[in-house]
Amino acid sequence: MARFASLVDSVGGTPLVGLPRLSPSAEVRLWAKLEDRNPTGSIKDRAALYMVHQAEKDGLLQPGCTILEPTSGNTGISLAMLARLRGYTLICVMPENTSVERRQLLQMYGAQIRLSAATGGSNEAVRVAKVLATENPDWVMLYQYGNPANSQAHYETTGPELLRDLPSITHFVAGLGTTGTLMGVGRYLREQAPGVQIVAAEPRYGDTVYGLRNIDEGFVPELYDDSVLTARFSVTSGDALRRTRQLVESEGIFAGISTGAILHAAMAMAERAVAAGRPADIAFVVADAGWKYLSTGAYAPDLDAAERALEGQLWA
Amino acid sequence: MAIEVRIPTILRTYTAGAKAVEASGETLAALVDDLDSRHPGLKGRLVTDNGALHRFVNVYVNDEDVRFTGSLGTTLSDGDSVTILPAVAGG
Repeated sequence: MARFASLVDSVGGTPLVGLPRLSPSAEVRLWAKLEDRNPTGSIKDRAALYMVHQAEKDGLLQPGCTILEPTSGNTGISLAMLARLRGYTLICVMPENTSVERRQLLQMYGAQIRLSAATGGSNEAVRVAKVLATENPDWVMLYQYGNPANSQAHYETTGPELLRDLPSITHFVAGLGTTGTLMGVGRYLREQAPGVQIVAAEPRYGDTVYGLRNIDEGFVPELYDDSVLTARFSVTSGDALRRTRQLVESEGIFAGISTGAILHAAMAMAERAVAAGRPADIAFVVADAGWKYLSTGAYAPDLDAAERALEGQLWA
Repeated sequence: MAIEVRIPTILRTYTAGAKAVEASGETLAALVDDLDSRHPGLKGRLVTDNGALHRFVNVYVNDEDVRFTGSLGTTLSDGDSVTILPAVAGG
């Protein structure tokens, strides 16, 4: 169906496209789930919509309420659009080492931004948001890292769409941030497609982002259950950048940098399937498009310069 | 057998500030013991008293999280690269 009552009604239902040039063979195939085709341009529209609906159902949110959320960008942008339409105020706590486009988009939708220090990355944003939530008990923190509605969105929508479009799916590969996508899709596919592999790609940043004072300040999202995954890869900025470029050069898909990291893990799984002589249908997530990262220089001609420019930036 | 081990900022007090050190071992458990003999105290920051990896520590062999490859029993080969990182939030 291509007609919807409103923009919000058009969330999800994204295309799954084959990658004929990057797939290693006719038996080992890669498929991209184009989540940039959501209303605000990222997979986070699904989780944001479910979290807002659930909070409304639970009576936590009424028009005029203030929503608070720690976000590195995409969840904030999704929430900002919804908040504008439904009459909420949105305050985002976002690390300062994020792209300028993310801030511009949040401001465009009318959200307020509190920048948190670059050191500690999203950990610091979560910490600051929790302090603000305590100081302002009337604000509603949806808290994507621990909100079951986040993973439920993927259990009820992304997972079923993937299985409908690719009944022979053998692998699902996505980015690991809040873990919502992998937990929701992973649980659904494990129930419906026995033997499916659920593979996580997480970004590996420079030292600044891991600048905790001690190990006990580490953070594992409350949603995370490692029994849902079968493999987890840490992908460097350089590998993510190279794959992002390969995706646009080989298949014409202009994706954000986190998608390059996801493709890197998907290609590793494809190589293993080829080596084992096993057929595979590997679906991976294109989390967003590249528009929001143009200012980082990620797509500039000189790869080394692009890599240097990305140093210290949060790109997922 | 020499394996490069990348050390996060937070643990470099044990390696005199070195970002990467060498160690050896046929499994990750053996490698951690060898690391601890060269850099005393490091093991206690990575492994709990129960012999499991600390909840907020992630260890990767050639960029793959060892919790999915046999944890401390993960086997190592010459030329492998081990990366230790604290668990941080994404999203």
